[in-house]
Amino acid sequence: MEIITAILAGILFATAIYNMLQKQLLRIVIGTALLSHGAHIFIFTMGRLKTGQPPILIDGIESYTDPLPQALILTSIVISFGVTSLLLVLAYRSTQENGTDNMEQLRGNENE
Amino acid sequence: MIFAVLIPLLIACFIPALSKLKEKLHTGIFVFFIPFLIFLYFVSFIGNDFTPIKEKYSWIPSLGINFDLYLDGLSLLFVLLISGIGSLVVLYSIYYLDKSERLGHFYVYLLMFMSAMLGVVLSDNIFVLYTFWELTSISSFLLIGYWHFKERSRYGALKSMLITVFGGLSMLGGFILLYVVTGTTSIQQMIGQVDLILNSTYLPLILGFILLGAFTKSAQFPFHIWLPDAMEAPTPVSAYLHSATMVKAGLFLVARFSPIFSGYEGFFIVVSVFGIVTLCWGAYMSVRQTDLKAILAFSTISQLGMIMAMLGFGTKAAVFAAVFHILNHATFKGSLFMVAGIVDHETGTRDIRKLGGLATLMPITATLAIFGTFSMAGVPFPFLNGYYSKELFFDSTLGLGSDFWSQAIPYLAVLGSIFTFVYSMYLFFGTFTGKKQLDQLPKKPHEAPIGMLISPMILVVGVVIFGLFPNIVNASFLQHAATAINSTVVYKEITFWHGFITPFKMSLAVVGFGTVLFLTRKKWQSVYQVLPGKVSFNHVYDAIVNKIGTVANRITNYYMTGSLKTYMSLILGTTLIVSLLFMYLTNGFAFNTDQLAEVTFIEVAVVLIMIVAAIATIYMNHNVAAILVVGVVGFGVAILFVIYRAPDIALTQLVIETITVALFLLCFYHLPKLRKSTDSAKTKVMNATISIGFGALVTLVAISAHSSRWFESIADYFVENSKEMGGGYNIVNVILVDFRGLDTLFEISVLGIAALAIVGLIKYRKNKEAE
Repeated sequence: MEIITAILAGILFATAIYNMLQKQLLRIVIGTALLSHGAHIFIFTMGRLKTGQPPILIDGIESYTDPLPQALILTSIVISFGVTSLLLVLAYRSTQENGTDNMEQLRGNENE
Repeated sequence: MIFAVLIPLLIACFIPALSKLKEKLHTGIFVFFIPFLIFLYFVSFIGNDFTPIKEKYSWIPSLGINFDLYLDGLSLLFVLLISGIGSLVVLYSIYYLDKSERLGHFYVYLLMFMSAMLGVVLSDNIFVLYTFWELTSISSFLLIGYWHFKERSRYGALKSMLITVFGGLSMLGGFILLYVVTGTTSIQQMIGQVDLILNSTYLPLILGFILLGAFTKSAQFPFHIWLPDAMEAPTPVSAYLHSATMVKAGLFLVARFSPIFSGYEGFFIVVSVFGIVTLCWGAYMSVRQTDLKAILAFSTISQLGMIMAMLGFGTKAAVFAAVFHILNHATFKGSLFMVAGIVDHETGTRDIRKLGGLATLMPITATLAIFGTFSMAGVPFPFLNGYYSKELFFDSTLGLGSDFWSQAIPYLAVLGSIFTFVYSMYLFFGTFTGKKQLDQLPKKPHEAPIGMLISPMILVVGVVIFGLFPNIVNASFLQHAATAINSTVVYKEITFWHGFITPFKMSLAVVGFGTVLFLTRKKWQSVYQVLPGKVSFNHVYDAIVNKIGTVANRITNYYMTGSLKTYMSLILGTTLIVSLLFMYLTNGFAFNTDQLAEVTFIEVAVVLIMIVAAIATIYMNHNVAAILVVGVVGFGVAILFVIYRAPDIALTQLVIETITVALFLLCFYHLPKLRKSTDSAKTKVMNATISIGFGALVTLVAISAHSSRWFESIADYFVENSKEMGGGYNIVNVILVDFRGLDTLFEISVLGIAALAIVGLIKYRKNKEAE
């Protein structure tokens, strides 16, 4: 199963990057959202899957799944939420100000 | 002694405050006392029984870098030049620089230079020496560019910096090799291991690197080109840095390492040949100049070449003559620079073609100039120190060997000296005699204020004293310096008349041919213009600098397109190639099917749905459809978390995903509709290649990481200690709020900052009106 999730992470990364290489701001935001999903699956696979019970201490149970990747992912989910929402608002605002959401048209002309 | 080195730097910190008072009191008055006190301190060391002094200060002992100071005769000579000429130059600058100039900057740079230069000549540690060496280049850069509004100043400053720092870096290379060979960073200890160095296979490299540093600093042919352009600096700076002290740092370096290298044949050949060539070329170039300071600049180059050549000969007579000439050159050239500055200051021009007949208007300046120029020319008068050292120089060129170069050196020496004679005469007679052309001058000339005349006067008194009593500082001072270079005791009695011998005949030849050439100067004008013509080294320098600029521009413009997409492709592509290459080279890929979790139908179904949804994001051209598809991926992740027994993150993911979808929907309303991609097929293929490549890399890394366990998991620690240390049953929660509590704090901060930024982006407008 780990192999399958590893491939899933790879596919999520690939689609995320393909989206991020597009010109429309929206696609780029979608790309970053997918990228964080990919990263979470990736980290999760590192800690092995289903090696024990959920990491909540209960008497009589000896084996638990690795809690560390879960803690990392929890932090990461929250951060990526912050990033995605900031990017979304940034995209909204920049579209309003510049009248376009095309990255190629948003290039600065100075210092070129 | 360490105090003497650092005090100029310390005082420099107070100069900006003192310069606020410049309207009442010229800043230079405060500064003057610093070199003067240092001078008095070091004068006390002069004496027949002087012995070298060592002082040790720990700095970075683990790297063998200590702030060790070593004062021997050679250092003493330079220290006295730096502080003595320094005092006179500061005194002179008080009258030369108007109060409206940025005096604070000027004196800070000057004091910085003073510290740096004292550090160079007193350091016993090669790396400390190198640090101070580069500091002199930097302060020289700042001083040349002092009038930074002038284009020529900036050009000259950059040129001197590029050339001397290039040499400095190469010198560092030589030092590192020396350190590798000897295992010590102390110069004195290196001198103790001469045999080891001379037998090393690195010797030619060491010598080449160190000499490159010395030659660039001392403006030896063909690196001399920076010195004439450095004349854009204020005249006190030219007199100080670019004639008396900094340019002699290269000579100091060669002299300092002479005890090591003099046993090597290559040292004699390279140093004396470069020296003699510089002597002739500098003198020849000087003859064709029309700017007073340009004449003096090329003259300095030529004189430096002469001293360099003598250090290269390395015989007792030559080394003593070199030391003597370092002292003499500082006196007459220093005074001449100051005279040139006075002429410039009082007439408003330095163009010798416009000057003439100033002797009647500026009699004192003219008198000072006559001593300076005649001493420089080596005219045989018993009251001119320049003659004595020129005579010693001629003497040292004789009998060096029987090969072609050794035989040619005396003739080349005479040739260079003839040109020296010509430009010296031209400098004096062209400026102070002949027809007055007052209408050509921007200002009406009159004698300079007494304050400006004091410094050159003191230097000219030095010229005469060393001329009348050439042995006055021999035993107490020069002897020690020469001994430090030659490592055997060197003492030489200097006399004015020692019979009708070869050196005297050479001097007569110089005066004779020189007079003829000077009197028929006009006829030679066209001849002087032939060389260097187009083959000047300035062209080479300009071409190199321009080429570097344009090539760098082209490369930068090639990839700095302003397109985010290009940057991302470049970064991702590079990461991909480097990672794959590294994985391949280190055999990093591992595949191991042990301990894999079993595959169940429901998991595979979820994964397949997620894959389809992820790929669908690329093809969705409708806003709401796209967001729903992204939502499918997010909820899929949450379901996987549930299956894999991670209740906390499953919950968080569900909540966050819901909010994110809502947020997307809110924003999508305001954003333009998604469009079909208009990229060409080629771009699409390119994008796909990068994406798929990167995805494959992630999969490979994930599988390898999973298959190879290099270390034991630290999960057990958390499982065991969660209750005892954290007091909680939910291990993930304990990690977040206890074990890694600080991480969570910062996570909250990040979220807070993002929230603030979002509020700012939505609410505020340029004209501060909320929408």
